[in-house]
Amino acid sequence: MKIARRKFDALVIGAGGGGLRSALQLAQADAKVAVVSKVFPTRSHTVAAQGGMNAALANVTPDNWHWHMYDTVKGSDYLGDQDAIEYMCRAASHLVIELEHAGVPFSRLDDGRIYQRPFGGQSQDFGGEQAARTCAAADRTGHAILHTLYQRNIRSRTHFFDEYFAIDLVRDAEGYILGAVVLEIETGEPLLIEAKTTLLATGGVGQLFRTNTNALINTGDGIAMALRAGIPVQDMEFFQFHPTGIAGKGMLITEGVRGEGGYLLNKDGERFMTRYAPHAKDLASRDVVSRAIASEVREGRGCGPQGDHVLLKLDHLGDEIIRQRLPGIRDMCLTFLGIDPAKAPIPVFPTAHYTMGGIPTNRHGQVVVPHGAGAEEPIPGLYAVGECACVSVHGANRLGGNSLLDIVVFGRAAGNHIIDFLAENRYHRPLDEASVEQALARLARWEEGGDGESVDQLREELQRVMEAYCGVFRDQATMAEGLAKVQALAARLPDARLADRSRVFNTARIEALELENLMALGLATVASALLREESRGAHSRIDYPERDDLRWLKHSLYFADGRVEYKPVRTKPLTVDSFPPKPRVY
Amino acid sequence: MQFLIYRYDPDDGREPRMQAYELDGFDAGAKLLDALLRIKAELDPSLSFRRSCGEGVCGSDALNINGRNGLACVTSLAELAQPVTIRPLPGQPVIRDLVVDMSQFYHQYRAVKPWLTVHDPAPETEYRQTPAERARLDGLYECILCGCCSTACPSFWWNPDKFRGPAALLQAWRFLADSRDQATAERLAELEGPYRLFRCHSIMNCTDVCPKGLNPTRAIGKIKQLMLKHLV
Repeated sequence: MKIARRKFDALVIGAGGGGLRSALQLAQADAKVAVVSKVFPTRSHTVAAQGGMNAALANVTPDNWHWHMYDTVKGSDYLGDQDAIEYMCRAASHLVIELEHAGVPFSRLDDGRIYQRPFGGQSQDFGGEQAARTCAAADRTGHAILHTLYQRNIRSRTHFFDEYFAIDLVRDAEGYILGAVVLEIETGEPLLIEAKTTLLATGGVGQLFRTNTNALINTGDGIAMALRAGIPVQDMEFFQFHPTGIAGKGMLITEGVRGEGGYLLNKDGERFMTRYAPHAKDLASRDVVSRAIASEVREGRGCGPQGDHVLLKLDHLGDEIIRQRLPGIRDMCLTFLGIDPAKAPIPVFPTAHYTMGGIPTNRHGQVVVPHGAGAEEPIPGLYAVGECACVSVHGANRLGGNSLLDIVVFGRAAGNHIIDFLAENRYHRPLDEASVEQALARLARWEEGGDGESVDQLREELQRVMEAYCGVFRDQATMAEGLAKVQALAARLPDARLADRSRVFNTARIEALELENLMALGLATVASALLREESRGAHSRIDYPERDDLRWLKHSLYFADGRVEYKPVRTKPLTVDSFPPKPRVY
Repeated sequence: MQFLIYRYDPDDGREPRMQAYELDGFDAGAKLLDALLRIKAELDPSLSFRRSCGEGVCGSDALNINGRNGLACVTSLAELAQPVTIRPLPGQPVIRDLVVDMSQFYHQYRAVKPWLTVHDPAPETEYRQTPAERARLDGLYECILCGCCSTACPSFWWNPDKFRGPAALLQAWRFLADSRDQATAERLAELEGPYRLFRCHSIMNCTDVCPKGLNPTRAIGKIKQLMLKHLV
């Protein structure tokens, strides 16, 4: 098939913070860089991040990167790779300052420095007093960072393909990634973008679950593309449920509410977190707080007529502090609940939020796959950063404030590595036409006529199954049933048909392609979760309530054929001593 | 509930038209986006519109709702008179149904050079900015580029190629107002002439419709004042 073609040095797929930070690094190094995004860049989901970005600036409490590293390793329930975590925590302060210089309107302290608030899982001196490490622009930090990064990119003349949907990677027989086939949504025309390097920065897969804090665009497109290109996906069983989504609706209420002094209450008006985390209380790690809320509700201490949520109280902060530091939360409560949080508590419940797993990478953002016994090798020309990637800095549970940090740190690191790669690989490799045909076949499949199942129906069933069978608390029998159900849904997918086959801005076609991605990742998530017989971080098994470091201190790798392999956690940091696993109490 | 929605697909050869839909069973507190998603899922998969975050921060789903620009995801169904009449944002070329071509809007945004410009060498730490200096950016930086304001502005309808429009001018002021920015003279020079800034006649449609409660008219007034100050 004849298809339009463009050539760039570097292709970036996804225009959230990770994609834009790497594109900026590349554009500033005079590489010819293209950014493909299925939405206009500032509509990417980074825009919805609220609370802030961690860095040990020590503007408010004493702090250093090593303490931040300890907290992150502990928060990850020791599944995080300590070389990558050291790299991230060391880089954090410099990169926050760089963002401030680029124009991010951070909130300020009286002395003019960047405002920092306490967040969950943060401590001074390796587990001591609460730290205040999260740099914030009110409760709109993601918006502030994403818009600034977009602005810097237009200044640096990055080439944007806005509203283009990535279909599949193009690779050759030797395993080099040569670019991607994308679809121009406005015209329905496919386009081949050839590039010496391709970076996936497509975000997470929050839309797997019925109630989630995520945008409708978070369908795991890049992760599924990697899976289809023969790359395994790592640690997909670890999905973060944010403790405070608006009950029944899902909108995110930032951890910053508790950082500023808000706390949780059950129906008896009890501040129950003191029982679950006597020291950190409401600012324990997210997995801990989510389990506590779910337990309160299961044990009959939930609030409301159905007893199905708990309350987040912050009225004691006062109207002025709320308007100043949490204006977005105030707006959201007024809009979606008709509640003024300065007067009434917010009904909350754990809500699907963040994909800890994803495409396996090293700390340079290179995508890596198993190679022989225990070794790994990079896929030449392929990179991944941010929520779609698994470095892994978040391990089994991400700390609040570490995702904005992750995207900036590894976006930049991948950009730098790509610059080196481009210096050594000056020419485009010959195109592999068969691989292009394969990508186009994915598009052609949805041209099939006739009656069939609707995409909406299948997606809704998938989301309900994932929520019911692979939620906060898990066990063998429930997940085995869940896996069978997802497999049955996947088997029905080939019978789905599009009623709308217009070429022009056909959002039904995009949703069909997204459903294929969701389905593949639903299978990966349940299959990986079913096999992990322990409780670690966000993966909480009723039938295996303890962490089992002897058998399970390892990353899972799920392949498209359903096979699951394992690889060791990198427990050795770059320069400092390793933090060995120990019981995790808050 | 009754809905009347603008439909146009250049691919099907039919003229633009208003199509009626009827759908009930909405939760109390349901938003217009909930209705559009259900209409697409249950009644008509061919209805096209943009959407993403569903909570008023990404700016995707700006529409003309009962004659007034707003975001579908934060507009309560209960507040809307029936039939709820939904059209694409005014004054922009329609691509399909409720999806408009926002190229000119984005062009005007880029044209005000919406990035911090500092000529001095950067310090090792953050630029110091007092809470009061930072407070001047409140009501400016929160813009989500949804386009509700500029596409409600008669001056922008007439001169979308020459008048920057309220959204872009709000961003121009956002950087002029930033204590860190050092490009005041260049920014003001860029806005001189009869069109770029001065086509604003303070009609205030922009401020009236902004879903984030921002006030582009006031920002434009501030730019004009600053320009005057620089002249004398």
